[in-house]
Amino acid sequence: MTEAAPIDAATAASSGRRLSAGTQTYLYVSMLIIAGIVVIPLLTTATGGFKTLGELRGNPFGLPAEWQWSNYGNILTSQRYWMQMGNSLLIAGLTVFLTLLFASMAAFTFAHVKFFGSDFLLNYFLIGLMFPAATAILPLFIRIRDLGLLDTYWGVVLPQVAFGLGMSILLFRNYFKNLPPELFDAAFVDGAGYLRFFWHISLPLSRPIIATVGIISFVGSWNSYILPLIMLNSESKYPWPLGIMVYRGNSAPIGS
Amino acid sequence: MRGKWPVLVLFLPPALLLFTVFVILPMGEAARYSFYNWNGYGLPTQWIGTKNYELIFRNGAFRTALINNGLIIVISICIQIPLALWLATMVSRNIKGALAFRLLFFLPYVLADVAAGMIWRFVYDGEFGLVAGIWNFFRAAPPFWLADKQVAFYAVLSVIVWKYFGFHMMLFIAGLQAIDKSVLEAADIDGATGWQKFYRVTLPLLGSTVRLSVFFAVVGSLQLFDMIMPLTGGGPSNATQTLVTFLYSFGVMRMQVGFGSAVGVVLFIICVTLAFGYKRIFMRND
Repeated sequence: MTEAAPIDAATAASSGRRLSAGTQTYLYVSMLIIAGIVVIPLLTTATGGFKTLGELRGNPFGLPAEWQWSNYGNILTSQRYWMQMGNSLLIAGLTVFLTLLFASMAAFTFAHVKFFGSDFLLNYFLIGLMFPAATAILPLFIRIRDLGLLDTYWGVVLPQVAFGLGMSILLFRNYFKNLPPELFDAAFVDGAGYLRFFWHISLPLSRPIIATVGIISFVGSWNSYILPLIMLNSESKYPWPLGIMVYRGNSAPIGS
Repeated sequence: MRGKWPVLVLFLPPALLLFTVFVILPMGEAARYSFYNWNGYGLPTQWIGTKNYELIFRNGAFRTALINNGLIIVISICIQIPLALWLATMVSRNIKGALAFRLLFFLPYVLADVAAGMIWRFVYDGEFGLVAGIWNFFRAAPPFWLADKQVAFYAVLSVIVWKYFGFHMMLFIAGLQAIDKSVLEAADIDGATGWQKFYRVTLPLLGSTVRLSVFFAVVGSLQLFDMIMPLTGGGPSNATQTLVTFLYSFGVMRMQVGFGSAVGVVLFIICVTLAFGYKRIFMRND
């Protein structure tokens, strides 16, 4: 956080226009108030984790009188915590890999191959952008159950990939379309087919968009809650958002 | 063009298959199941026509959920978006520490929804939380807001504003950067005051960003689930249900596949109507 330091003449001159002292006070006071509202809940929760329940009741704001490292220590050394992190990582990793693979392949055909019905098919994928996964969650559950994928990682991964496809294909296609067409012509003159063009030219040139789609789908999967909640039963397979809800039961502040 | 077929046969089917099986077919099945009374075992046989839909609209909790979703949209438009815009104009000024404040304001949005819900449940806790601490400090009996069905949803609404204003602020910062500085300088030369510049120049030029921001608020409201579950789980006595938590508590928890599917269909129709309607009416020129 930054102090509300008065701007001296030199910096004011370099920043263009000088702000009056009144305006500056107004700006910093308002921003500090909002910053306080944003940060105080986070800080008190974090420091609350170091306190005993009794101290929490008497002294919710200040630093703990006696730091209870064991609250955090117990979590960080517990096998359950690392298992949940591992589960989250595995689910997110599989989701990212499959999303990148399938979306880039489909987007490549939409961007470079002319075929009958391509516009129709692209719009078909874009339907997925219009409604949240929650709308069809019950039939999805029945389907996953009938496929025998209930309480497996795949039961979470496959629907996540499917619901991420619309956005990912859109992003990939726009990027592929903007690659210079001369590359394409040159590759064909040199005798490369679509497959080699995709693998040796399109993908290596698409690192920025691969990173973007990868991050979007990773964060989405890492934080996702409703799909694992419905598809997973055994606690050994829980990703962290489900695990944290189990912690909630015991009223230690760090879990609550 | 040679060799077109290997690509089509290899590249398209995986995405197409996955998307059809896990997105499109379940949506179609939701429409079919919604006419049955079915607990998910065996095959759906008990056709009950539109009875599920009648039950939904007669359900008090569903009406609460619908009103709550509407309230979220209203609060987003009346409080969250003006707040975000106000902060965006402040942090995009050329002052010391603006970048630090920008990052700080964005922090709640980066936090996972479930974690944010947990943190605020602790903050609102009537025994150990921050709110209790403030009340104790003034020697008053601490309130249990999340357990009081009159105020619980307002408590949830403030968490929503806290969590998502940073996202809208970022949209506005991007919008402000796109405004041509010379227009504002021209207004300066014409002797416009700060407020006049904002109201007559900046705001009209931000029109498309405001419309986009409202669009995201509407879509986000219809999907809200992850943060409600750790906070209240839809309670007390269904006072804080949203459409998705209603679907979860009444469809999934009770394994009422028919009823839950009907709720899904209603949610789908609301999503599609709002998205299309909004785009057609407000975002035609963007």
